[in-house]
Amino acid sequence: MYQYDEYDQAMVEARVAEFSDQVRRRLAGEITEDQFKPLRLMNGLYLQLHAYMLRVAVPYGTLDSRQMRMLAHIARKYDRDYGHFTTRQNIQYNWIKLEDAPAILADLASVEMHAIQTSGNCIRNISSDQWAGAAADEITDPRPWAELLRQWSSFHPEFSYLPRKFKIAVIAADEDRAAMRLHDIGIQIVEKDGQHGAAFYVGGGMGRTPMIAPLIKDFVPLEDLLSYTEACLRVYNRYGRRDNIYKARIKILIHELGADEYRRQVEEEFVHVKSLGIDPPKAEFDRIAAQFAMPPLDASAPDAIDRSDPDFALWVDRQVAAHKMPGHAIVNISLKPVGGIPGDASSAQIDLMADLAERYSHDELRVTHAQNIVLPHVRKADLYAIWQKLDEAGLATPNLDLISDIIACPGLDYCSLANARSIPVAQKIATRFADLDRQKELGELKLKISGCINACGHHHAGHIGILGVDRKGTENYQLLLGGSGAEDVSLGTITGPGFDEDGIVDAIERVTDKYLAERAEGERFLDTYRRVGMAPFKEAIYG
Amino acid sequence: MVEHLHSDGEEPCVTLDAFLEQSNATAVRLEPDEDARALIPYLDRLKLIEVAFPAFRDGRGYSSARILREAGFTGELRAQGDVLVDQIAYMKRCGFDSFAPEKALNPADVEAALTRWPQHYQTAADGAVPIWKLRHG
Repeated sequence: MYQYDEYDQAMVEARVAEFSDQVRRRLAGEITEDQFKPLRLMNGLYLQLHAYMLRVAVPYGTLDSRQMRMLAHIARKYDRDYGHFTTRQNIQYNWIKLEDAPAILADLASVEMHAIQTSGNCIRNISSDQWAGAAADEITDPRPWAELLRQWSSFHPEFSYLPRKFKIAVIAADEDRAAMRLHDIGIQIVEKDGQHGAAFYVGGGMGRTPMIAPLIKDFVPLEDLLSYTEACLRVYNRYGRRDNIYKARIKILIHELGADEYRRQVEEEFVHVKSLGIDPPKAEFDRIAAQFAMPPLDASAPDAIDRSDPDFALWVDRQVAAHKMPGHAIVNISLKPVGGIPGDASSAQIDLMADLAERYSHDELRVTHAQNIVLPHVRKADLYAIWQKLDEAGLATPNLDLISDIIACPGLDYCSLANARSIPVAQKIATRFADLDRQKELGELKLKISGCINACGHHHAGHIGILGVDRKGTENYQLLLGGSGAEDVSLGTITGPGFDEDGIVDAIERVTDKYLAERAEGERFLDTYRRVGMAPFKEAIYG
Repeated sequence: MVEHLHSDGEEPCVTLDAFLEQSNATAVRLEPDEDARALIPYLDRLKLIEVAFPAFRDGRGYSSARILREAGFTGELRAQGDVLVDQIAYMKRCGFDSFAPEKALNPADVEAALTRWPQHYQTAADGAVPIWKLRHG
């Protein structure tokens, strides 16, 4: 994985010095909270309901054991002994003191980490496929491109006061594991005539006006990647709406202009930007790509797995994915124990996952947008030992992509924007469907919960989505069906009137019962919904 | 070299509309929603372009500045308005070389802000050599 050189290290250290000075001036009353807010946000520091929340960047979801241990250390030393992995492949800490923030950033900088641009109206952490570099179906590792974009977007002088936040995802497989088309820019690395290039999808997003990004350019050559991205951003920075925060994302600009007119403007800007020499030479891409080289895996490692322990076999079938190297596998660690808080991990659990990565996964871990953790490069022969250790730590729940593998935002338990709690609803649903056989019978079923219309819990993209709203002072939950954040991307549709906290759990059960009654051979819930439509489900829910 | 304050007694800026109506003015003021490219035919006779920042969160002026510098403007490019110490390093990178903040800045903070960053990741309008170029000579 990518290692900082002296330049990268100097940049994060300069940032720590800058933010320390900003905090000092804020605490001394030299700058107002209004002036301080965008500065702390660009360092990942939010003021929440009860305390400051610090969001730490995990670029494209990749980290090593030393970095993972630092995340545990921060949880122990500065927070309440746990952290929360997010849908942007980051981690956030919910109980941070403002005066500790500079020290935390200094700790992070010591392991080549930071909280740069994890919030604010700037280019956010670049996200990617959590199986990058290991997946059997990718055409190349997308992370060198993501790293190129990370560096270009860090402290970008022109694009640090955009109309609104800006999220970029990069993938390199047809199977979309990163919700690419629900980003402001989604890039898919594709191959044409033996060359790799970038397909640009621009103007996707969730929030209160969800949109699927249209294809703006089918093939941008590698040597034009940054110029093209810069052109996309410049058009947005100049013409994106600033009169209304709810209409300020690039998706609204593209929706109002039309994809063709936006493309025309970008192409015109690109011709100009390309002349400025902002694209690094291929040697720089090669320097970065070399650091993402596949670790030395033994292609003759045994392929067989001893499945004699039935609990282990159950876990293997659910949590282990195909690796491009024979004898190896990708391990998905669920952070969704039944009744737990989706995405939360204790410092002890974080340390354990770091230990496993160091010993068994060539020192690499990934964070997934579904709030789980991945060990990307594991020998099949080691799976049993890994499973035993995960099981002891409460990390062996075999529920990947099942109904209890819920994405949930922090909701009203933490978030100052939320209208309703997300965590208790997730816990009640997971408890209702706790029986694993029942979950397996339901098959792939992506359930996603947001506690407000900002959609941090990706409810629009859930096969089943839940949106918490405030209805005359009480929490109310709307139900959506038919969304997907994968390559078969779609936006969910609201079923009808909302429910209270227990009512939403009952409604989901009626939906899943209806699915079991209606499904044809081999159909997932989403397939059945798409075939039969909303009407039968609505009938089942509201009768 | 960056000037932190503009000089007194200069010619006042005219609006973009007034300028485009055959003005002989050599100083023009650009609002956030005005197209910097409208000035490109006249850059060689302009001494000063003042870019307005009515609110520091409105970042359109950063693009205006870069567009003007990229088009070859060599006169004074001034950021005026809600210009705060924590934004001026980015402004300088985008090509501003003078600042007219509504509220006076602490010179020591300005100096710290402008010398904070040892290098830069990207090419901008300030002529700084980007890190990728330093890496590859």
